[in-house]
Amino acid sequence: MHYLLTVYQPDGPPPPPEVLDPIMRDIDAVKREMQDAGVWVFSGGLHPPSTATVVRQQDGELLTTDGPYIEGKEYVGGFTIIEAPDLDAALAWGRKLATAIRSLPIEVRPFEGVVEE
Amino acid sequence: MSTSVPLAEIERVFRSEYGRAVAVLTRVFGDIDIAEEAVQEAFTAAVRRWPTDGLPPSPAGWVITTARNRAIDRLRREARRDDKHAEAVLLQARDEPTEVSAVPDDRLRLIFTCCHPALAPTARVALTLRLLGGLGTAEIARAFLVSESTMAQRLVRAKAKIRAAAIPYRVPHEADLPERLSGVLAVLYLIYNEGHTASSGHRLDRPDLGREAIRLARLLVELMPDEPEATGLLALMLLTESRRAARTSPDGEVVLLADQDRAGWDRALIDEGQALVRRCLRRDQPGPYQIQAAINAVHSDAASVEATDWRQVVRLYDQLMAIAPSPVVALNRAVAVAEVDGPESALDLVDGLDLDGYYLFHAIRADLLRRLGRIREATEAYDAAIRRTDNESERRVLRRRRTALDSGDAPP
Repeated sequence: MHYLLTVYQPDGPPPPPEVLDPIMRDIDAVKREMQDAGVWVFSGGLHPPSTATVVRQQDGELLTTDGPYIEGKEYVGGFTIIEAPDLDAALAWGRKLATAIRSLPIEVRPFEGVVEE
Repeated sequence: MSTSVPLAEIERVFRSEYGRAVAVLTRVFGDIDIAEEAVQEAFTAAVRRWPTDGLPPSPAGWVITTARNRAIDRLRREARRDDKHAEAVLLQARDEPTEVSAVPDDRLRLIFTCCHPALAPTARVALTLRLLGGLGTAEIARAFLVSESTMAQRLVRAKAKIRAAAIPYRVPHEADLPERLSGVLAVLYLIYNEGHTASSGHRLDRPDLGREAIRLARLLVELMPDEPEATGLLALMLLTESRRAARTSPDGEVVLLADQDRAGWDRALIDEGQALVRRCLRRDQPGPYQIQAAINAVHSDAASVEATDWRQVVRLYDQLMAIAPSPVVALNRAVAVAEVDGPESALDLVDGLDLDGYYLFHAIRADLLRRLGRIREATEAYDAAIRRTDNESERRVLRRRRTALDSGDAPP
């Protein structure tokens, strides 16, 4: 089973380095732990939504517009894909990530079928 | 083998064995829907066969074997039509034992799956009643006063999540067990309380959730005899249940503990509950359910309100406040304090609580004010309590108490 672990973060400027740096170190430690356990598939942080672009087909025409697609007070800040035998195992990794990332929520969601790597 | 098995007997087997059969079949096929469907088919066959063939030596074994065979037949047909899922399920099913005694904790696994924290609380309750209690969707819907289609949708969604997210079918690991067990206990308590409050109002054709919750709690204690909180919860339910008949007046009004006819308490349930409380005390690993059970056991011991060992009740509430503090526990503690130190001390404690939205907070304040002779304030507090409850039976009691204030004919 593959699971998507999504970090949601509030809109606005990032916290100052003295707050952010230890968080990033802890997230990195969890990533290494995932890699050592052989469950890590992919992970990455994203630039803010103001950097997003939306493309879509409408009436047979392809439109390109300034993003993001969904405006909100919170947005996807980054994600990790892991391979785990079941939800309990995935939630255990989700909890480690949630601890590292302090107060931000982690959404754990299963992939449909088998994911090609 | 005797013939002519009455339908009531088949119904009894269904009630007691449905959960076990679904649990075994879920392990065998790794799929709750396949398990449920097969077990229902097996019981349909039982209704047809048993009245003439007689009850088999092991009804549970017969149901499980029949269900397994029917599910395999159907999966084979589907696999021939190139159904990949059916093929995979068949492959897994081949090596799983189905003897009733082979894997004793199948129902335990099922309980933990049904009460998984990744499911919504309402879904946990519905799944537990459906899969372990064998209650029909319509019955569960009636019990929770929602439409049958709403309940059906809730069950379908929950089962789809179990499958899609791979919510595991097993007893949690040691490290997670305390937290997960307390989740299971919370679901059973929720089922019990729903039955308990329902008994005052719409009693018409709602199924007896109180009895069902007790049955499930008994099962849990049987499966996890070394978990004192499970025993504590069962004791709490039994002791609460012992007062059920005395708790409602002939015209459907709630009768408070102090006014209940104690001759109407069920001695057998009290004895069983108190024996469990003693077992917990010997083990000496107290938890919130055990302490609440112990408080109820003290009440069950007393021939009257006056004869109650209120000092012991206060001590138990102190213990409860130490491990599971909450404003509601503090409020209940204050009621006991009133009996030991008088209404003045109790009122001081109550006034410090942030429970303005809770009708019992105002009802208890009103009673304490009445006992202190502060009639005008007591009237206001009764009014505040009446405004905060929707339960007609509770309102009537409160109105009567308020009226009694005016006439100077205050209840004891």
